[in-house]
Amino acid sequence: MKLTKTLLASTALTVAAGMANADGHMANEMTIVSWGGAYSNSQQKAYHDPYMEATGISIINDESSPEAVAKLRAMNEAGNITWDLVDVEAADAIRLCDEGLAMEIDHDEVLAPAPDGTSASEDFGDTIASDCFIPQIVFSTTFGYRTDMVPEGVEPPTSACDVFEIEKYPGKRALNKRPIANMEWALLCDGVAYEDVYDVLETEEGQARAFAKLDTIKDQTIWWSAGAETPQLLADGEIFMGSTFNGRLFSVIAEQGQPVGMAWDWQMFDLDGWIVPTGLSDDRLARVMDYLKVSTDTQRLADQAKYISYGPARASSAPLVGQHAELGIDMAPHMPTDPNNAENTFVNNYEWWADYRDDLDAKFQAWLTQ
Amino acid sequence: MAALTPISRTPVSFYVPVVAAAGAVAGLFVGTAQGSSLIGILIGAILLGAIAFLLTQIIKAEAQGRWALTAVFAVAGFLMGGLAAGIIGLLFGWFFGWFTFWLFEGRYRAYVAPYLTPGQVLWHYTFRVICGAILIFLITPILVVMPLSFNAEDFFTFTPEMLRFDPAGYSLKHYEDFFTNSDWQGALANSVKIAPMATLLSVSFGTLAAIGLSQQHVPFRRAIMAILISPMIVPLIISAAGMYFFYSRIGLQGTYMGVVLAHAALGIPFVIITVTATLVGFDNSLTRAAANMGAGPVTTFFRVQMPLILPGVISGGLFAFITSFDEVVVVLFVGSAGQKTLPWQMFTGLREQISPTILAVATILVIVSIALLTVVELLRRRSERLRGMSPA
Repeated sequence: MKLTKTLLASTALTVAAGMANADGHMANEMTIVSWGGAYSNSQQKAYHDPYMEATGISIINDESSPEAVAKLRAMNEAGNITWDLVDVEAADAIRLCDEGLAMEIDHDEVLAPAPDGTSASEDFGDTIASDCFIPQIVFSTTFGYRTDMVPEGVEPPTSACDVFEIEKYPGKRALNKRPIANMEWALLCDGVAYEDVYDVLETEEGQARAFAKLDTIKDQTIWWSAGAETPQLLADGEIFMGSTFNGRLFSVIAEQGQPVGMAWDWQMFDLDGWIVPTGLSDDRLARVMDYLKVSTDTQRLADQAKYISYGPARASSAPLVGQHAELGIDMAPHMPTDPNNAENTFVNNYEWWADYRDDLDAKFQAWLTQ
Repeated sequence: MAALTPISRTPVSFYVPVVAAAGAVAGLFVGTAQGSSLIGILIGAILLGAIAFLLTQIIKAEAQGRWALTAVFAVAGFLMGGLAAGIIGLLFGWFFGWFTFWLFEGRYRAYVAPYLTPGQVLWHYTFRVICGAILIFLITPILVVMPLSFNAEDFFTFTPEMLRFDPAGYSLKHYEDFFTNSDWQGALANSVKIAPMATLLSVSFGTLAAIGLSQQHVPFRRAIMAILISPMIVPLIISAAGMYFFYSRIGLQGTYMGVVLAHAALGIPFVIITVTATLVGFDNSLTRAAANMGAGPVTTFFRVQMPLILPGVISGGLFAFITSFDEVVVVLFVGSAGQKTLPWQMFTGLREQISPTILAVATILVIVSIALLTVVELLRRRSERLRGMSPA
């Protein structure tokens, strides 16, 4: 049958072309998962580019960090781990570690010591939130506001609590569409002492109190789910103030020149870093470990701060933070860890959130639809 | 078109209220933009009612009156909000001048049948306005994207400079970003590699399936058809999750072939449907005649059947191509970062960094799609013309 032959030939051709293009896991490739945007860009320039040049390994960027937990679970079930290294927040790292989806790491053995010989675990200090977690940066969620929309004769906002001052600062707000940070701010601004926030939030009454506080601005609030939304809304003048990651606000203010100011008080500190998925083959694991050792050393972490205003997780990196790679401005004053910005900070209790997140997520979504 | 009905002037009590009502609608838009819808409606209605009366009863000269109105509105718009508002004012002025005299002279009656009742005439024009409004509703989101892609800033915002038509507010930098950024170029290359291959597979298998299923003697025709069509009916996310687990087990997840096969599966139903539809009009005695003259099944297929069903095959292939080119859900599951396609890149770009590069890409894709459809349509007409001229 000629028809069969034609069919076979065309199928064979397609398959051959496919094979030529196929790019599964070749010996020299590594898939690194991160958040995309300016953040991935800073990693590309500070870590990936120098590493690729030095070793000849090519790094593929996957921008799937927002759904990393769900995807890792699915990959685990399907028995096919395609990621080599994943960038997640500390709370997610704890969850993945508990579920056995992330590998436990001996930080002193895997990571390079500080230049003065301090061991890695001491250099990173408290930022090692979990045995599976290799911290990279300290970032904060904080508020930006339109400087040209501040009412006349009123001091511009300086604190996260100003978001609840609807009479003093009229206008729309933007808040993250999840309970983390919002619940803590609500209680704190309702008069709960900083030390007691998580104790109060554990109780039903405490949660009701937080929701009641959020109720006061609910009809004025736009809920965002991507870090890029608040900058867009601020640039549009759609909102007066909104929360987002401090690096995004730095970009809006310093790189885009928008009329936006920052309220640093009660910024919410959080950590971001790497986890290694469990179940990698030996050669892939060896490659990942080599990459980790290089990319998280003191100089590399300080280099990342040239491209984005997030604080390096190593204590020894802080003095090396220099100037913005393109704008040439000093980056230190824009770091969330700078003493001028860190007068009142809220350290996110990721361990607490690892326990309560699923429950509060559900309650928060239910509250949103009310 | 020749006039169907003799026309006569209409009374003041008819056209002044109608123009005033139209003015109220225009006033609603202007008033909302300026802060108060209600005041806008009132001012619009009163102002345009008065203008209609003034134009027809006091000025009377149509050409001069309409030019003057257009000029006055343009200047008023310019004073209110700069160049862009001036152009809107100009359009408003032209429209209301035309609308007033169109009603006043009774011209609206000229091209509808003389026996229509006033209600039917009203419906005749209301129907056209509704159709126009639906068209605008469908096309505006696509058109808005285009000027925004020339934004000089990195946000999805019409800046004041853009609204003033200041050249400084426009730039090609997002197009430059698309053509120089390796992420976007890699995604484009992946899309260009995946879509044609998926189309080829969909068209081959879909056409064969449609021909087979159009034979009367095939058992379980309806059941097989239903299964083949199912990727179009089952929610995409379910197909995607199923494919993800299946392809992971057989080592296709995260490979080029995996994505191509998944997209081919999505494209096949379109080809089957369009080809089946053309086969309905296909005369099977032609294949019997070919066989009678000694042609084998393959020759018959390529020389007799294929040319006749080609329009269905091509439009099915076009749908399959666009499905693959547009698809984001399945590729997010079945692909890995190495197969990142354009829609995937746009999707992550939209989520992580609202960059107008996405709009630049969207504009380019719209233009490419229009070009593609135009070419296919021209080819189709050409082949129809040729077929019409050649002796059948």
